[in-house]
Amino acid sequence: MTSDVPALAALRRSPVAARRLLVFTCFLVTAVTLTPIVMMVLVAFQSDTESMAARPSFWPGSWHPENIGRAFDLVPLGRYLLNTVFFAGGTALLETVTAALAAYAFARLRFRGRSVLFGVYLTTLMIPSQVTLIPQFILVAKLHGVDTWPGMILPHAFTALGVFLLRQFFLGVPRDYEEAARLDGANRWQTFIRVIVPLAVPAIATLAVFKFISQWNNLLWPLVISNSDSTRTAAVGLQVFQSTNGTQWNLLLMAAAITTVPLIVLFFLTQRWFVKGITMSGLGGR
Amino acid sequence: MAVETPAAATAAPRRPPRGPLRRPRFWRHGSETVAAWLFLLPSLAGFLVFTAGPVVAAGVISLLDWNLFSPPHFIGLDNFARLGPDTTFWSALGNTAYFTFVSVPLTLLVSLGLALLLNQGLRRMAVFRSLLLLPYATITVAVAFVWVWLYIPHDGLINAVLGAFGIDGPAWLVSDDWAMPALILMSVWKSFGFGMVIFLAGLQVIPQQLYEAARVDGASPWRTFRAVTLPLLSPSVFFTVVTSIIGSFQVFDQALVMTDGGPGSSTTTLVMYIYRTGFQNYEQGYAAAQSMVLFAFIVVITAAQFLLQRRLVHYDL
Repeated sequence: MTSDVPALAALRRSPVAARRLLVFTCFLVTAVTLTPIVMMVLVAFQSDTESMAARPSFWPGSWHPENIGRAFDLVPLGRYLLNTVFFAGGTALLETVTAALAAYAFARLRFRGRSVLFGVYLTTLMIPSQVTLIPQFILVAKLHGVDTWPGMILPHAFTALGVFLLRQFFLGVPRDYEEAARLDGANRWQTFIRVIVPLAVPAIATLAVFKFISQWNNLLWPLVISNSDSTRTAAVGLQVFQSTNGTQWNLLLMAAAITTVPLIVLFFLTQRWFVKGITMSGLGGR
Repeated sequence: MAVETPAAATAAPRRPPRGPLRRPRFWRHGSETVAAWLFLLPSLAGFLVFTAGPVVAAGVISLLDWNLFSPPHFIGLDNFARLGPDTTFWSALGNTAYFTFVSVPLTLLVSLGLALLLNQGLRRMAVFRSLLLLPYATITVAVAFVWVWLYIPHDGLINAVLGAFGIDGPAWLVSDDWAMPALILMSVWKSFGFGMVIFLAGLQVIPQQLYEAARVDGASPWRTFRAVTLPLLSPSVFFTVVTSIIGSFQVFDQALVMTDGGPGSSTTTLVMYIYRTGFQNYEQGYAAAQSMVLFAFIVVITAAQFLLQRRLVHYDL
């Protein structure tokens, strides 16, 4: 049916032209997709008057690298970034360790009630975090955990998703390795640490990166539970930045860019894991 | 990676062969149970305290009149009865549904289209994939600010581009009709990368012989897509649809930054309304009741999708 269109028919006859069109389309789509990110950086370097002008300009008339320092001076952006590293790193670390232990039990050990308990874990995958938001807040408030690190980190460090992902991976590790270790006299803990964990490093790293990125992005929980600069994360800090500085676009977007850059760098460094992680969870039901 | 179902896992051989020196059976069994619970303990304790407990508590709190400062009162289903005449709640629910049912199909189309484009055997495919995945790896709050800037009425970048084509762009975020589409456009931009990666993975496991066969039969590209690609990609599509619908029902960050629910209440989402009720008006009971309604919607929609899945999703290659 498409052969009725002369242009398409011509394309099919000439693979070179088709290929060029394909590459051109990819370039175009990528350029459009990256525009917001590029604009964020461009405006961040504009002068105050230029960025606040009634007619916004897209390319900076003059470059102002000192905007970087000014963004850090207006709000404690460095502190917020450090807090975000604590928050995201703490949840990722705790989640990865506890999920690996639990996943080992679910994948490799026999005990009464295993399938029922795993079923309960799976069921909670569907529960939106907004359902638990209010009870979690009340619990943390009662324990005097508001604006503290345990209060920030603990409620988000035990999810069923991590257990589920790692269990899937552990199930794929050949049992022979474990048997060999056991014959050599290793107990279960040694088997777990010396055999299973080293084999599962890619899966564990995937989970850690995934969790780190999603918590770096988390706005709602830190917004609710942190109320001073000592625990405030970058996502919440940007909100503060906006309310104290109005729409001073160059500095606001500079702060936004500074907050995003570490994540983009991390993303590029760990990209293979990250993509694998998405794919892995994508085919989880297959 | 081998993927086993829970049933298959429990059906694994009950007693793997061990060395000749065996301890008595009850002791071995006992020690495995103890070991299992010890391995589970950290995760289980956290899970019970911070996930399972709060889910049950949410149900209980929804039956209370509680502002956190004075003692709670049991008021039965009054919080749920209050939802009926609460027009803001219904418009928040409507807005959330609007957002979901426009943004999910749109995201799906964009991610599928780009996955198909990148799957044409391009040499630099990995580079394009990384760059196209960048929006997914940014912070919603941060990029939401850029989008506010892009959407500035009259001379903002988007309207400037539209103007170049002779189109007089709307006032976007300050317009009752266009604020939601503006949020949706930004959200599609932010999230299409996730689906794109899943579809790329799905496309790469489709056997090439099927395409050869279709070509021999003289099938058109569209027919090949309908008869080969789409059915074999259906598990990936199903997964993406389920996760994006659940995600869309929880949209919050971009709405808070870009419109703060306005103009009027035209972009107030369910989660934003829950947040306001619980943490600005301190009506925890009423907020919990709203979150139970959100939960119920997600359960119903997910269950409906799993029923549909039996008819539409093909797992056999």
